[in-house]
Amino acid sequence: MATPAIRMFRKIEGLFCVYKPAGVHWKQVRDSIETSLLKGLNATPSPPLPTEVRFLALPVSEAEAPKGLALSAASVPVLSKHPLGLNATPSQPLPTEVRFLALPVSEAEAPKGLTLSAVSVPVLSKHPLVIGPEFQNIKVGVGHRLDTSSSGVLVLAVGNGNKALNNLFNTRVTRDYTLEGEFGTATDDFSHTGRIVERSTYGHITKDKLERVLAMLQGANQKALLLYSNVDMRSQEAYEMAVQGLLGPDGKSLPILTGLRCIHFEPPNFTLEVQCINETQKYLRKVVHEIGLELRSTAVCRGVRRTRDGSFTLQDALTRHHWAASDVIQAIGKKRSSKKKSKTQTKDSPLQLSEESTTVNQMKPVREQQ
Amino acid sequence: MASSCTQLCQQGRNLLCSKAVARTWQYNTQVRHCITRGSIKILNDFSINNGNHTTTQTRQRWKQQMFCYSDLATKHLATEALENKNVEETSTADVVAYKSPLLPIRDAVSVPNMPLDLDAAAEVSALELISEEEAVSITVPSDIPPASISLKDYVDKSETLSKLVELGVNLWILEQRPNVGSMLLKLDLNTDVSPKLLFLKDIGVDVSRFGHIITQNPFVLTESLENLHSRVNFLKSQKFSPETVASMVSRAPYILNFSVKRLDNRMGFYQQILKLSASNTRDILARRPKLLCGSLEPVKENLKVLEMELGFKKNEIQHIVITVPNVLTRDPRKLPQIFDFVHNTMKVPHDLIAKFPQVLNCRLMRIRERHQFLEYLGKAQYKPDLPNYISLERLVIMPNDIFCTELALAKSADFSLFLKTC
Repeated sequence: MATPAIRMFRKIEGLFCVYKPAGVHWKQVRDSIETSLLKGLNATPSPPLPTEVRFLALPVSEAEAPKGLALSAASVPVLSKHPLGLNATPSQPLPTEVRFLALPVSEAEAPKGLTLSAVSVPVLSKHPLVIGPEFQNIKVGVGHRLDTSSSGVLVLAVGNGNKALNNLFNTRVTRDYTLEGEFGTATDDFSHTGRIVERSTYGHITKDKLERVLAMLQGANQKALLLYSNVDMRSQEAYEMAVQGLLGPDGKSLPILTGLRCIHFEPPNFTLEVQCINETQKYLRKVVHEIGLELRSTAVCRGVRRTRDGSFTLQDALTRHHWAASDVIQAIGKKRSSKKKSKTQTKDSPLQLSEESTTVNQMKPVREQQ
Repeated sequence: MASSCTQLCQQGRNLLCSKAVARTWQYNTQVRHCITRGSIKILNDFSINNGNHTTTQTRQRWKQQMFCYSDLATKHLATEALENKNVEETSTADVVAYKSPLLPIRDAVSVPNMPLDLDAAAEVSALELISEEEAVSITVPSDIPPASISLKDYVDKSETLSKLVELGVNLWILEQRPNVGSMLLKLDLNTDVSPKLLFLKDIGVDVSRFGHIITQNPFVLTESLENLHSRVNFLKSQKFSPETVASMVSRAPYILNFSVKRLDNRMGFYQQILKLSASNTRDILARRPKLLCGSLEPVKENLKVLEMELGFKKNEIQHIVITVPNVLTRDPRKLPQIFDFVHNTMKVPHDLIAKFPQVLNCRLMRIRERHQFLEYLGKAQYKPDLPNYISLERLVIMPNDIFCTELALAKSADFSLFLKTC
């Protein structure tokens, strides 16, 4: 029979995402999620203690009738008035609450004139205070990592969700990032907190020039994507994969930016939106640095923020104040129901979806064949 | 000892079967093993396991097995005699236990070589009727393991432990500490435990806190009552009111294990290093009794950080400590981080930080996200002489939802949406 804690754990199992604040290591995020989940799990009411029947020897000669009564009442383990009972002064009426002779009387103190009575007493060795909390650690898996100074959506998995997490890791999903850049300086680690290496002017940069550089970068990355996809570009197979949008590296490869766009430009500050595969946050900062160099200036990255990881978006992410077990259960339930919905939708209209994808992805193969 | 040993030898031949000897052998080795290993070593009461293994069946078979075990038994008893005092006591107790009228002691020492007349022995057979009294006194041997990594094997058998569990003592936490498990098992309920609990009750500690106190500091049970009384009396002589003493003890149970001299030294330390008046020192210690039993190194380090690294004046440090004594026990690395953010990013001068030292006792993350939210809303105004002033105390101590509605005048959903953008 499953205890309430186990039933709750089954609800927690699955994938969900949190919003990692900047300046915190992902291990800290994982550990604090784990402790808050454990707290929630172990706060569930523990099952009642099992009772066992024992034959307790009661010396009749010492007028122990009240103690006999106490034994029958002893199946309640919550006893707040014990210290009074412990010294067993006859003036105190409280000892009746205490399970006095809960032990089998050792043979040394088994004098003549004993009676045995069958009493059911709770088995204290199963008490939560003795065996400890039911859950002492939970495996919380972390999806694609985020380094300390970057923030954003971080996918976590609990229990059997770790298997699904492996699948997520192996499938080629793109991630969305928002990069905030600033022209005018260059630092040694490409972020604004690093040691400044160089300063430069940025008055000559216009949005047009920036977009030209971005388009060039995207083109180069598109080429890399085809290069890493390990199929002959002149084959029918490549065409069909490209039609479905499946071209791309298998497993490990260099970071590839599949989309790059400027969403905000106000010199010296600018914001880029990036979709990419196999990236690291440091690589993205380096991209900002290289954009600066390409524009005959320098740039640093003020912030890396992940807004989407596969199908996990910013809307699903739980912020720091909502990391309790109940919020996680809610998030996982939402994720499960949305998954079911999307499954039924794909069953209903498989044709429609494939048509959409062809219209989106047709550009690439056509260009390739020319 | 020697005489009791020979006596036991004779009885041993009567009573012990080879199985029982083998079991005791195993038992001995386990005892030795657990002594050397030094984990939770629990020496069991030998009288529970010894002797009582003889069932009526084995009584019947004793003669056949006599040759096999007699020399084994003597060996065993010789080694047993070398065992520690505990075992000695129990073996003598065995001798007493075996002098029951039903099992007559056989005086004739049978030499192993001598041929035995099996029919001649008038022994108790398994089929013989025994009286009810005797039936009652036969107890089934309990199977307490001689050594264990957990206290749960002993809870049902030990009266002390079961009482402690009922008080709410977390045995699971205690058994993880070295030597505490065996210490608890050796305690006696009436002589060790209940006087200490009565003492705690006398000084006014609430009964519901007992479990917490013993979980935190199990060694209070091994202290002598005299010492406990003298320490509490010392605290009272320092003009702590009885209620304060009770709350101090329940919040920092290790106070009871500190000698009077050490307590006095520590109180003197706080008074001198902070140059506080006696009443202020008392006030700090009553609010944060852990200062008395924690390490003094972080306290010294924090004071140095406040003075030299952060540049607070002496009287400002005094005010900070009097208002928030917790600052002294914080991680010394955290203080500069918080100060850096508050002073350099939020542009709050020293005197305001000293006026509202709650900032220093708070998480950096909390200050940062609230400041960023207020800045986004254009409400980050920390200068007291300008309108829409937000004091540092209000910024920090409010819970999230109240902060959103009262200070930021926004919904808490908006706050969490904002947090997703930074």
